[in-house]
Amino acid sequence: MQYLFDCRRITALVFVVSWIGFSASHASDKLRLLATGSSTVAPVMAELARKYEQAHPGARIDVQTGGSSRGVADMINGLCDMGMVSRDLKPSERVLHAYTIAHDGIAVITHRDNPVDALDRIQLIKIYRGEARDWGDVGGIAGVPVVVVNKAAGRSTLELFLRYLDLAPDQVRPDIIIGDNQQGLKTVAGNRSGIGYVSIGAALQAQQEGVPIKLLTLEGAKPTIANVTAGNYPITRPLNIVTRKPAQGAVSEVLAFIHSDEGVAVIESLNFVPVQ
Amino acid sequence: MTDRLLTWTLGAATLMVASLIAIIAAFLLNESLGMLNRVELGRFFTDSGWSPTMSRFNILPMIVASVLLMAGAVIVAAPLAIFTAVFLRFYAPSPVIDIGRRIIEVLAAMPSVVYGLWGLVVLVPIIAAWQQPGASLMAGILVLSLMIFPTITIVVHSGLAAMPRHYIEASQALAMSRAYMVRQVVLPAVRASIAAGITLGAARAIGETMAVMMVTGNIVAVPGDLFDPVRALTSNIALEMAYALGDHRGALYISSLLLLSIVILLVLINEFIVSNKLEH
Amino acid sequence: MNLSFRINSNIDSNRVASLIGLRNGQLWDLLFSAAVWGSVLIVAMVFLWLVGDVLIRGVSAVSWDFLVSPVIDSGRSGGIAPVLVSTACIVAVALAVAFPLALASAILIAEFLPRTGTVSRLVVASFDVLAGMPSIVFGLFGNALFNQLLGFGYSLLSGGLTLACMVLPFMIKANVDGLRAVPRSYREAGDALAMSRTSTLWHVLLPAALPGIIAGVLLGMGRALAETAALLFTSGYVTRMPESLMDSGRTISIHIYDLAMNVAGGDRMAYASALILVVLLILINTAVVRLGDWIQRRSLRA
Repeated sequence: MQYLFDCRRITALVFVVSWIGFSASHASDKLRLLATGSSTVAPVMAELARKYEQAHPGARIDVQTGGSSRGVADMINGLCDMGMVSRDLKPSERVLHAYTIAHDGIAVITHRDNPVDALDRIQLIKIYRGEARDWGDVGGIAGVPVVVVNKAAGRSTLELFLRYLDLAPDQVRPDIIIGDNQQGLKTVAGNRSGIGYVSIGAALQAQQEGVPIKLLTLEGAKPTIANVTAGNYPITRPLNIVTRKPAQGAVSEVLAFIHSDEGVAVIESLNFVPVQ
Repeated sequence: MTDRLLTWTLGAATLMVASLIAIIAAFLLNESLGMLNRVELGRFFTDSGWSPTMSRFNILPMIVASVLLMAGAVIVAAPLAIFTAVFLRFYAPSPVIDIGRRIIEVLAAMPSVVYGLWGLVVLVPIIAAWQQPGASLMAGILVLSLMIFPTITIVVHSGLAAMPRHYIEASQALAMSRAYMVRQVVLPAVRASIAAGITLGAARAIGETMAVMMVTGNIVAVPGDLFDPVRALTSNIALEMAYALGDHRGALYISSLLLLSIVILLVLINEFIVSNKLEH
Repeated sequence: MNLSFRINSNIDSNRVASLIGLRNGQLWDLLFSAAVWGSVLIVAMVFLWLVGDVLIRGVSAVSWDFLVSPVIDSGRSGGIAPVLVSTACIVAVALAVAFPLALASAILIAEFLPRTGTVSRLVVASFDVLAGMPSIVFGLFGNALFNQLLGFGYSLLSGGLTLACMVLPFMIKANVDGLRAVPRSYREAGDALAMSRTSTLWHVLLPAALPGIIAGVLLGMGRALAETAALLFTSGYVTRMPESLMDSGRTISIHIYDLAMNVAGGDRMAYASALILVVLLILINTAVVRLGDWIQRRSLRA
């Protein structure tokens, strides 16, 4: 009992624990990379990273979401090694270097039980401007209010979608604001009168996993990989990896892996269109 | 000799800890200054909306939302907390007292993300079935009031426990009923504790981030009624910090300074109440 | 505030009271008691609802495998092993940094500073502000200082250091309470034996205050475990097993948040993780309460 009470030992223990911690933090000489940004690119990147690590023992690539603008911001602040950005770089961001790894589109989604199968651009504008507040206004069940799910600012999916509708951010009258693609899928799957928009790849993947959502036909074009590949779908975008300096060393090796046959297979398996 | 060494070591450590708040304030100020130099402070209240990427920085709707959430939570939680504290002190049979105290302590220790999870999965759908979209000011108020309830209860209860025994004995000598005594003698005597509990609860409510973010829908707008979605100041920081650059980042740091000043104000009020109570 | 309790007689209540054959005071007594019992009923029901919800939905997914498996498919399947390891690392860093500082400040406040002096009041006020500061503000501070200025990036280290700042005031308060509960006679005995203050502290006071000190550590641990907002932008939220303190990792609280908000079909696992967290916190809380009672009994006896 007495020695337990000895504060010197407690203090010593504290120092030993922190010393081990600090030395462990410097001991590793493994190759480690951190990729942050777009929640559209993240699942692809995570799977590519897993395959890359299998082929290169000693490498470790960690992936975090947060939106395309986070990828850009973290890159500029030096907080990551690869920024994931699911759109073209803006003029103000041209100091960074972008490497396109795949193509994707944006799908409009509703709950699986919603009878509406297709919408056109004008109807979408009405919904997102808050002019059509009832599903009956756009060919659905009258009397059911439309719950408009919008993306948070700084999300490339929002920027591209609004550019397609030609709306300014403050013209949109949303009911719920969401961040990641996954949150959009979850919100719409949980609300029978909701409408939202997410990455086609993410939506198809979720549908395959049994999430109760429906991808709407937009302007007569179904959101499919074939239509994105052929350029028939109205909202498409590149998925980019951005770096501060031209890619070199480990990052360029990872990019080379992404463009290899194995990388392309991963991208296709996740419902995205690989770069030819 | 060792005594002096000890005092110096302790003094240095305490100085470090006590100045932490100043260091934090300095960091927040430093991150905000660049923007404060460029952007007039009034624009945070007069700009035509919150689109920081387009240089529009009106944070007023979020201040309104935070204040409404705080006020609503206090209005719901304070009576419940006061009555519960009275129950534990004057009504509960003795085996119930211990269970009751444990329940309050468990509620106080429950992480905000668990309240948020419950709010998101249980409460929001219930509200949505009644008034779409469910994620709303109302949901935020209910979850927050649940979170600050134990804080207020604990403070009021310790006030009741610390009350001089002769108050109660005198009331019993006058053959007052229990309820009459609590209303006429006890509650007026512990009004400082009640005020202290409410300021502490209010500070916790205005600073809460996760639970609020999970249930309020996060639309930047002044709510028209209880069922409209809102975005609190804290949620705004959590939602946008990840990608904020330049003035946008500055604006978030400025809103954190604002939060910090509100909390300092509440703590000062609380100190004032407590020190007044000690003097009487 | 007390206004509402003072209102006890007006014409309407008189009339109502006389209608149902009660004196006016008795009606208000009845209403008051009803409000007390009603409030307690509401609180008890909500508590059962909340805890029951976590228990019922969480228990089906918890198993030994859940605790020792990696996070698979954003947490929809697999377990939470790496999350538990990251949590342990962050909490350990936070406590290792905060503990010595908290103990030193507590000793100074409890043993050396006059209780009602200006210095003491200022120091205590600064701790109160620190204790009330929104956790997201700690997150912003940590991001600016640890992640960017000191270059630790998104890492367990940045997260742990941020949490250290956050738990400090709570640990200090518990330590001060522990020290103040040590009977005065202990110090007088030390003086009588002509011990230096350092050795009285080292050999007499600290061992005697140990329950309070342990309670402080546990309290800090509980705070750290429950925290989410301060970690989002400091430790980040990578789901993999960390290999060093410089790796990013998520705590169990962040994992619950992410599963609930960002993972379609993640509710079951969110509840399972929540159950683990709640059980941990209840255990910690029980220990703190036991130690607190023990301290109180002793200070009453002295």
